[in-house]
Amino acid sequence: MRIRKHPILSFPEKDSVPFYYNGKKLYGIEGDTIASALHANGVKKLSESINLKRPRGFYCAIGNCASCDMEVDGKTNVRTCITPLKAGMEVKTQRGKGRLHGN
Amino acid sequence: MVTSECVIVGGGPAGLSAAKELLEAGARVTIIDRNERLGGQLIKQTHMFFGSEKQYASHRGIDILEYLVNDLAPYGDRLEIRTGTTVAAIYQDKVLGCLKDEKYFKIKAESVIIATGASEKALPFENNDLPGVYAAGAVQTLMNEYGIKPGQKVLMVGSGNIGLIVGYQLLQAGIEVKALVEAADRIGGYLVHASKIRRLGVPVLPKTSIKRAIGEDAVEAAEIWSLDENWQGIPGTEKKLDVDTICIAVGLSPLTELLQQTGVRVEYVRELGGNVPLLDEGYRTTVDKVYACGDVANIEEASSAMVEGRITGIHAARDLGHEVENAGFRIKALQHELYDLRGGPPGEKVRQGIKKREVLA
Repeated sequence: MRIRKHPILSFPEKDSVPFYYNGKKLYGIEGDTIASALHANGVKKLSESINLKRPRGFYCAIGNCASCDMEVDGKTNVRTCITPLKAGMEVKTQRGKGRLHGN
Repeated sequence: MVTSECVIVGGGPAGLSAAKELLEAGARVTIIDRNERLGGQLIKQTHMFFGSEKQYASHRGIDILEYLVNDLAPYGDRLEIRTGTTVAAIYQDKVLGCLKDEKYFKIKAESVIIATGASEKALPFENNDLPGVYAAGAVQTLMNEYGIKPGQKVLMVGSGNIGLIVGYQLLQAGIEVKALVEAADRIGGYLVHASKIRRLGVPVLPKTSIKRAIGEDAVEAAEIWSLDENWQGIPGTEKKLDVDTICIAVGLSPLTELLQQTGVRVEYVRELGGNVPLLDEGYRTTVDKVYACGDVANIEEASSAMVEGRITGIHAARDLGHEVENAGFRIKALQHELYDLRGGPPGEKVRQGIKKREVLA
């Protein structure tokens, strides 16, 4: 699903970045956000609605709408559309509203 | 506490342009942006701009971003750029509470320019929450910033400039656009953009809207239908389109949440995109030394946002006691640029909106 040919932009080959999605090993590339890497792997469903458990994907891609919130390395409500992908990240579909974290 | 003469929240076209004027006048400036990179939505705008040479017409948004950032380079010693930083709160004494890597810190500003831009609107229809229903700008980000196809077959909803331009950019990325539907009886954006995608074989359908998205875990198809003169769907006119992505390009809302924390007066002006701050000719809000410019003040093109940013920057610099050479003349020239940008039928809505706001103020 990555764009190879484009009349204006060029997307050079980049180093791949391994990460885990619900325990499964996937690869993104340098410069990806978590959501872009998942999308490139064909994963469109990122979260579930809290009550009806309806599937949700990203919507705004600028960190505004919370539709892409996931659990990342144990932290809930991470806005995956603006969070840079890092090697080894454990990304999971979040169940429920999540928890407060930090100090 | 960290201090700054002027904190600009939002490093898009408006914020960067304001920064340049302030720096040129000798002010100390802090630009805060929640994204990792400056540029706001210019970052994904591969199309050439309209307007005149003064707003970089016929240059691409991604290149204009470079010019705006490079313009700030000579002032490095008085400029502080904080990217990846979210302003979570603004207090009455102009103390900004900021979050960076989950660390909270405060900045005390003498003046604040809010240039937070806008977010895309959603549209109510059955299954509009299915993955694959994306805001058009989000699709633009995915394609042009990250090089990823949102899907293979797309329905575009809305014929404003965003819908038309992103429709064209989808084709450039090798994605099929099955149709572009528009609820009104005419094209919302510039006709030249509409002609471009029509020539490439995309049906552009006025008085048509989406009825529902179809799919289990993601979009598998879309149903469109014709609208009557009261904007209601006409039963029996439904058509099923084989698409995996539905792009929603039905306008933007100003991101005024942060601005409203400062206590400024905000009024609903439909033509400007929703709740917008009341402003004087210097982009001053109703709170002393709090300014707003760009899409957060009125939904428009990036070209106008840049001009507004510059006017705001000049006023903010003078209000801080800095001298701006030829200020009066330059402000007049910039106001003239705005007047030109808002000319003709496409600018009618924003002209009306700005008039309405002036009356309210």
